[in-house]
Amino acid sequence: MPGPELLSSQGLRLDGRRPDELRRIRCKLGVFTQPDGSAYLEQGNTKVLAAVYGPHQAAKSKLSTEGVVVNCQYSMATFSTSERKNRPRGDRKSQEMSLHLRQALSAAIKTELYPRSQIDIYVEVLQADGGAYCASVNAATLALIDAGVPLKAYACACTSSVAWRGNHPEALLDVGHVEEAAGGVCLTVAALPSVDSIALLEMSHRLHMDYFEVVMSRAMQGCKDIEIILDKAVREHLAEGWTKPDVITI
Amino acid sequence: MSGHVSITLASERVNHSVAANNEIPRFFTPGEVVCDLHDFMRGHGTYVEDDKIKSSVAGVMQRVNKLICVHPLKSRYVGEIGDVVVGRVLEVQQKRWRIETNSRLDSILMLSAVNLPGGELRRRSAEDEMAMRQILEEGDLISAEVQSIYSDGSLALHTRSLKYGKLWQGVMVKVFPSLIARRKNHFHILPCGISVILGNNGFIWMGPQAQNLVSREKDDNLVSASENEDNYDCYKGLQTVTRSNREAIARLKNCIAALVASKMMLDVTTLIFAYEESFKYEEVKELLDPEAMLDVAFLTQHRLNTIMDE
Repeated sequence: MPGPELLSSQGLRLDGRRPDELRRIRCKLGVFTQPDGSAYLEQGNTKVLAAVYGPHQAAKSKLSTEGVVVNCQYSMATFSTSERKNRPRGDRKSQEMSLHLRQALSAAIKTELYPRSQIDIYVEVLQADGGAYCASVNAATLALIDAGVPLKAYACACTSSVAWRGNHPEALLDVGHVEEAAGGVCLTVAALPSVDSIALLEMSHRLHMDYFEVVMSRAMQGCKDIEIILDKAVREHLAEGWTKPDVITI
Repeated sequence: MSGHVSITLASERVNHSVAANNEIPRFFTPGEVVCDLHDFMRGHGTYVEDDKIKSSVAGVMQRVNKLICVHPLKSRYVGEIGDVVVGRVLEVQQKRWRIETNSRLDSILMLSAVNLPGGELRRRSAEDEMAMRQILEEGDLISAEVQSIYSDGSLALHTRSLKYGKLWQGVMVKVFPSLIARRKNHFHILPCGISVILGNNGFIWMGPQAQNLVSREKDDNLVSASENEDNYDCYKGLQTVTRSNREAIARLKNCIAALVASKMMLDVTTLIFAYEESFKYEEVKELLDPEAMLDVAFLTQHRLNTIMDE
């Protein structure tokens, strides 16, 4: 059962956080003028930009009369990891990430409202330090809100892992790159916390069923915490940009 | 080569908010419960779950009797019948043009909804369909009015008045549709001699005055007669634009950018005020400086406040 030493004897993690602590999240809405909505989000050292175009007329090949077509593109900057590497847009990893992003976000968007339309979501990872997918979902949610796209609820994503304290499993919230690289499981959850539904669930490695519940509930708790942070950012943004519809005429 | 270069750190970016004397209303965010379903009806920006009306966008709530709506801060243009819009021709199809109007679906301009040379009640013949590209072609800008809204939400436009139609020379600026104040009139001629169309869809057109409104409105008959002569002459709208007009347009464009950066509502009053205040800066390009933009917006807001107080 012994895994890598992820917890110190005081119960702190490699970067000094407690097991149930998130990394610091800082975010900003409306960072670009050209797209309909945009957002920037930092989760620890993971930095992500998201831009939303639409809803606009769907391309003829994609057009659907049932609901809006959600089109995602995930890409990582050349300089986003410690090893400088040119990543072509269509590579396997970013294709998979785009699919996962689409799944999580189309669960949140009220797609039935806009038949024959399309929403394009572009996500660029500027710095990857673990949990790039989570940061992308959170940033894309903020960008969608900035664009005024109707959502059922916030879509938040969070990872969690497990460490061993003696023989006790202890779930770790919001896994960083170092912990990710040390091996061990990494559970990614994308959820709509306010309606208690899960949009995407993914796990790397194997985990005994007995411990799954602990890891899962910790990740859900993380999603709830993130929702509160995002909600606060949205309210601040609204207060900043609010103009009273004026009444004067000459 | 020495030019004026100003570089600021990201942390010292200018905060564009202008202190307007308005209190902050109650905001709603997606998934938040607005009220019970029993007494109210749900409108735009809301949905029903578990017998509660919930918000689906982030913005302010508006109640009209029993109807509850939540309006987002910014969104795509939602058309209403009678709105004045500025749009760009995307495609020429059989009997109609597809127009981009910042709406969530492309708008349609039917051939039967435009004024053809030769009077209102002329039948549209097959020749007219062939000649559609001579009236409007891809990339042209037009001003139009929303005639009706199709069931899927796309807009049907018409240009059946002499004040609408193709826009020839000038500048178009895109802003958020929610920043355009709804007024009786969206066609204006500013004191500086520039004609402005504040499209409800957030597209603002500015051009030299002469060709657009005055000549057409003053002598209808003359123009329609001349249209008959050189029908579809594609150069009739072109003329030399004087340097002073060009500068006025550029200054106006920078004023709009300043007002938009501070998220101020745009109508003819704010435009004129901003334009007048901007003369504090002699050269037009000085207005591109963030501090100058904030200054112009601030002075404009100040003048608005003094008018409101009176």
